[in-house]
Amino acid sequence: MPEISPDVVLAQLQPIVQEALNEPGITVNRSSNANNTKNWDSLAHIELIEMVESHFKVRFALGELQDLKEVGDLVDLIVEKTAAKG
Amino acid sequence: MLDLDVCSADDILMRRNSLRRQLMATEGLRELRIAVLGGSTMDHLVNILELLLLSNGFRPTFHKGEYGRFYEEAVHESHELAAFKPDLVYLHTSCRNVVNAPPLTCSEADLPGFVEAELNRYREIWDSLEQNVGCQVIQNNFEMPANAILGNMDSVASGGHSRYLAMLNLAFAEEAVRRPRLMLQDVHTISGHIGVRNWFDFDRYFSYKILLQPEANLGLARSLNSMIRAIYGKSRKVLVLDLDNTLWGGIIGDDGVDKIQIGRESPQAEAYTAFQEYCLSLRERGILLAVCSKNNEDVAKSGFAHPDSILKLEHFSAFKANWEPKHLNILAIAEELSLGVDSFVFVDDNPAEREIVRSQIPSIAVPEVGNEVTRYAAIIQAGRYFEPASLSKEDLERAALYAQRSQVVAQQAKFANYGEYLDSLEMTAEIDTFKPVYLERISQLTNKTNQFNLTTRRYTLAEMEAAVADPNSIPLYGKLSDKFGDNGLISIVLGRRTGDALHMDLWLMSCRVLKRDMENAMLDAVVERAKARGIRTVVGYFIPTAKNAMVRNFYAGLGFTAAPPDPALPEGSTVWELDLAMYVQQNTHIKVLEFANA
Repeated sequence: MPEISPDVVLAQLQPIVQEALNEPGITVNRSSNANNTKNWDSLAHIELIEMVESHFKVRFALGELQDLKEVGDLVDLIVEKTAAKG
Repeated sequence: MLDLDVCSADDILMRRNSLRRQLMATEGLRELRIAVLGGSTMDHLVNILELLLLSNGFRPTFHKGEYGRFYEEAVHESHELAAFKPDLVYLHTSCRNVVNAPPLTCSEADLPGFVEAELNRYREIWDSLEQNVGCQVIQNNFEMPANAILGNMDSVASGGHSRYLAMLNLAFAEEAVRRPRLMLQDVHTISGHIGVRNWFDFDRYFSYKILLQPEANLGLARSLNSMIRAIYGKSRKVLVLDLDNTLWGGIIGDDGVDKIQIGRESPQAEAYTAFQEYCLSLRERGILLAVCSKNNEDVAKSGFAHPDSILKLEHFSAFKANWEPKHLNILAIAEELSLGVDSFVFVDDNPAEREIVRSQIPSIAVPEVGNEVTRYAAIIQAGRYFEPASLSKEDLERAALYAQRSQVVAQQAKFANYGEYLDSLEMTAEIDTFKPVYLERISQLTNKTNQFNLTTRRYTLAEMEAAVADPNSIPLYGKLSDKFGDNGLISIVLGRRTGDALHMDLWLMSCRVLKRDMENAMLDAVVERAKARGIRTVVGYFIPTAKNAMVRNFYAGLGFTAAPPDPALPEGSTVWELDLAMYVQQNTHIKVLEFANA
C-alpha cells in the first residue's frame, strides 16, 4: 500500500468516527479527543479502534493504544502502521 | 439492507449505529427487557444481539451488569435486578470464570468434589434468580480451555481442565433438565463450530475485559436470538422445498424418474439421499415439509415413487407443482396449513427463485444454500431456524405472545409487479442464427429437452448442419444471462419458409429460464428476420407428448390464433398462425444484443 498522508487519513476517519460515535453530523480535527467530543465514551472508543483496524487493515499493539491522547496521535499512528506494512 | 443472518462481524461493525437507527424506526416491535450478567465485558455482545432482535420483531431494553460481578449481582443484589423487571436474564460466563478447577495433582476420588463446588456456586445463582426475579434464565455451558496444557491427556487425567469442564457441562445439562426456568446455551458446540482458536481475544481481554473475538460474539448473539425466538413461539415450523437439483439431481421432467440422481449409485445420488434424510429427520422432530416446484404435478410426484427416494409423498403436508410463480404457491401453502409465512423456510438451488420469493415475501427465511447439495443441510442448520424451546417451557404465556404477530422488517423493497422483478434481474440475451461453435450444444439441447418443447422433433448433428445451410430456414439460438450469472444457450427455434409463411419446426427452451419472457424475445427475433424476407405469416405447431403439457397453450400466449388442424400431424396436435402485419415487439424486460448479420 502506498504511503497515505495524514490529511488523507484524517479525511477517511471522518465517516468512521461519525458511525462509531453515532453522530452523523460530527467532524473531528487533530486535537479532538474523548473529553471535547460528544458521545466519545469508552465503548465508542473500543468500537472506533476496531473499525479503524478493519478499515486501514492494521492491528494496534496493546502499548500503542495506551499512548493515544487525541485524534492527531491516532492519525500519526495509522500513517506509521500503513507505511510499515509497505 | 445487510442480511444479519449471514453477514460477518466486520460487516456489522462498520455500520452498527446506522443499522440500529434504521431498525429502531420499525413499528410494531415487541418490548423485551433483558438483563445481561457476565464474567467479562458484555457490551459488544449486547450491541450485536440488539440488532438481531430488532430485525426479528423485538425492541430490547438491556440492563448490563458489571463485568465479573455476576455472582454478587445475582445472589446479593437480586432486588436491583428484580426492579428492572426483566423478561429474561442472560448469564454469560466462560471457563476463565471458573474458580474451583482441580489442581493437576487432583485424584480421581477428589474430582467430583471440585465439580460439585463450582456447580453449587451456580445453583446459588439460579436459585436466587428463580426466587427473587422469577423470569426465564439463559445460562451458557463452557467452551474448552484456550490451552489444554496436558494435550490429549487434558481430557483424561483427573487434573485435566478439559475433562473437568466436560463434567461441569454435563452437570449443567442435568440442572437445566430439572429447572423449568433455566435454558442452557450450548457454547461448547458453538465455540467448536467457530473454533477455540478463533474464540478468545486476549488483546481485548487485557485491554477492556472483552473476552471473545467479534465473530465469537456474533455466533453467541445468533444463538441467543434463536433461543429468544423459540421462547416466544417464533421458531419456524415449515420447510418448503424445490425438487429438481434440490431434493434429487437432474430435471425430472426432462430426464424422467429413472434418470434422476437419488440412491446410492453415484456420489451425487448419495449426496441427495443424505439431504433427503436430513429433511426427514426434521420432519420427525415436528417440522412440516412442503414441496414448491415448477413441474407438472404428476411428473413431480413420480419422483417420490423412485425406489431409492427416502422421502415419500405422505411426508409432505403440502405439495405444489405447477408453473405459477413460487411466491404465489408458497402463500397458497401457508393458507392451506393455516400458518404464517413467517414460520416458513424456503430452499431452492435456483438463485432467481430465491430472490423472487425473498423479495415478494419479506418474512420468509430464504437461506443462500447455493447449488451444492452437500452444503444445503449445513447452511440451513447455520440459520438456526427451527430452534425448539424445551417442552417444559410450554407453560410460558404462549397464547399472548402468539398474538403479537411478528413484524419483520421489510429488508428489501417489494416489487410492484412481476415486470419489475424481471427488470431487476438485469437480463441480457444473445439471439442469433446458429453458429458452428454452438451446434454441438444446440443438437444436445434439441435432443434432451422434453418439457418446453413444442414439437419434440429430434435432429442429428448432420441434420442440424443441413438446416443451417438451407437458405429457406431461419435457425435461431438464444443465450440468456442475468445478474446471477450466465444461463448459457437455452432456447432454439427453427423456422422453415414455404412461400410467404414461416413454419416453426422447432421451438424449445430450457426450463431454468421459464417465465423470463425469453420466448417473447425469441419471437421478436423470428419476426424481425421473417419480415426482412417478406414473410407474412408465422405458423406454429404443438405436438403433444407425455411431457410437454406445459406448452399446450404456448402460441396462444404469444398472440397466435388457432388454425385448422393438420391431419398429417399426430392426434391432439394444434396449429397456430400469427399475422406479421400488425406485429408489435413483445419483449420489454430483456436487453437483446444486436448482431451485424441480424
